[in-house]
Amino acid sequence: MSKVILKVEDLHTSFFTRKGVVKAVDGVSFYVREGETFGIVGESGCGKTVTGLSILRLLPEPGGQVVGGKVIMDGTNLLELDKKEMRTYRGRVISMILQDPMSSLNPVYTIGDQIAEAVRLHQGLRDEMVQQEVISALRLLQIPSPEVILGDYPFQLSGGMRQRVVGAIAMSCHPRLLIADEPTTALDATIQAQYLALFKDVQKKTNVSIIFITHDFGVVANMCHRVAVMYAGKIVETAATSTIFKAPRHPYTSALINSVPRLDRKDERLYSIKGQPPSLLNLPPGCRFFPRCSMAKEICREEEPPEVEVGDGHSVSCWGVE
Amino acid sequence: MDTVKLTTGGGVKRGARRTSIFLKWTFFIPAAVLLLMVIMAIFAPVLAPYPYDQIAMTDRLMPPFFVEGGSTDHILGTDLIGRDVLSRVIYGARISLSVALLVILITASIGTVLGIVAGYLGGRTDAFLMRFTDTSLSFPAILIALLLAATLGPGYWTVVLAISLLGWAPYARIIRGEALKLREADFVAQARIIGTSPIRIMVRHIFPNIINPLIIMVTLSVGMVILTEAILSYLGAGIPPPAASWGNMVNDGRNLIDSAWWISLWPGLAIGLVVLAGNFLGDWLRDEMDPRLRQI
Repeated sequence: MSKVILKVEDLHTSFFTRKGVVKAVDGVSFYVREGETFGIVGESGCGKTVTGLSILRLLPEPGGQVVGGKVIMDGTNLLELDKKEMRTYRGRVISMILQDPMSSLNPVYTIGDQIAEAVRLHQGLRDEMVQQEVISALRLLQIPSPEVILGDYPFQLSGGMRQRVVGAIAMSCHPRLLIADEPTTALDATIQAQYLALFKDVQKKTNVSIIFITHDFGVVANMCHRVAVMYAGKIVETAATSTIFKAPRHPYTSALINSVPRLDRKDERLYSIKGQPPSLLNLPPGCRFFPRCSMAKEICREEEPPEVEVGDGHSVSCWGVE
Repeated sequence: MDTVKLTTGGGVKRGARRTSIFLKWTFFIPAAVLLLMVIMAIFAPVLAPYPYDQIAMTDRLMPPFFVEGGSTDHILGTDLIGRDVLSRVIYGARISLSVALLVILITASIGTVLGIVAGYLGGRTDAFLMRFTDTSLSFPAILIALLLAATLGPGYWTVVLAISLLGWAPYARIIRGEALKLREADFVAQARIIGTSPIRIMVRHIFPNIINPLIIMVTLSVGMVILTEAILSYLGAGIPPPAASWGNMVNDGRNLIDSAWWISLWPGLAIGLVVLAGNFLGDWLRDEMDPRLRQI
């Protein structure tokens, strides 16, 4: 097995608001191996994006703050670096792709300029070399006739093409880890499939590790080697993708998988989980999923379930697991 | 996948809008007026029939040529000490326009820098800079300018300094608002993701995207600055005689307004024209650029 390049240990991220402290990420631990795709799934507001931003230390300021834990990249705890050192990691070691391709590009610069900015920043190359790097980044993302696209402005490109350009910017400095935050949500279904295939191809060519943040189990099945399911700021279950689908152990995971629309069951009403996730402002004691859980027991109300190893690389936090 | 390329897309859309006659004229007329004024200021020695300070006691208080008693020697008439009004209006453009240019250069630069820094950095920097701006905005500008003129003595640089002293504040406010909006833009987040430093983000990513509102503000303040200069000169705190500025010319004619109205009318008309032209041009620019602003 390839080596672990990123290790997140007991990460706590909070937002300090006027109403109180929102514990957006509350004790999350996971690791990512070289060349693998690690998925983080969960519903909106469960802390997946904040986890991604915490790794890069790009939380919205003021308010957002990592309050505990470690983010270890190649043996360095990123949370201990000063601002300047941290900047040298961004883009060069760890990069990220945001959700919306329409607004991720600066409207006043050409595509070539925007990719070149990243290359210049980290590699200190001469202009001809920069040009070559830019073109090779565009090639990597399979953008047709890169020499022509270079001179275009973002508004001249389609959404799918823009999202590829965003990918090219992210990959232009050969990062070792790419955090993709729902990169396909804004794209339509056919473009989405192409884009996912593209990701796999990029990974094969560069051996980059990917943290894939999504709410779509279909995408997880397609893309990820291992996956973590998040609920209300905590990881409730981590396992290999095949295990998650075959034998989910946490009631939330099975409920989520059941909520995916399926083509082979037409007549049934689509399953949905009743209720709402708890407010992160004042979390109840005990298991966070307890109010919505079909298998809730008395202990679930009182005490938080510990994380238990139930198989090879498969861990669950649930009192229902013996 | 096909690239949807609209190589001429932007041009076609904007061109189509420009075919409207109304839009065309609202741009054309004020732009022509301003251009004319600038030409007048630059070539004043060539265009003016007399030196601005040439006194001719025999030709005192001559009315414009189309009024009885007027002569084509002094098309727009002469003032109390026989100076040619037309020449003085032409020379006055130099002072009025150069004051406007200088003041706008100073205020727009200070306001833009403070606005971007406050808006992008936020937090305490923002709070401090904005309270400072609020304080500046709360002073009555004219009174401060008068005070300054009284301390430093009236003069060209006093006027520039007096108007600039508080003039940057509205820029800072508006630019800060724009920067605040852009700070949350995804492309700024993207720039941070690839490791761009805050200064570089402000210069390369925020600034180019606030140029539109900046241009609009500049155009709109041309009129305001000229008006302020005129008010200061009118109050005697501005450009001292014999130099001709539109404001002090209006002031000169104040006491004779019912008998020799032309002394005040022509410079007053010039002020009105420039102010109107600036405002119209600013309005036109704002209408033209706003749809693109919303796209960001």
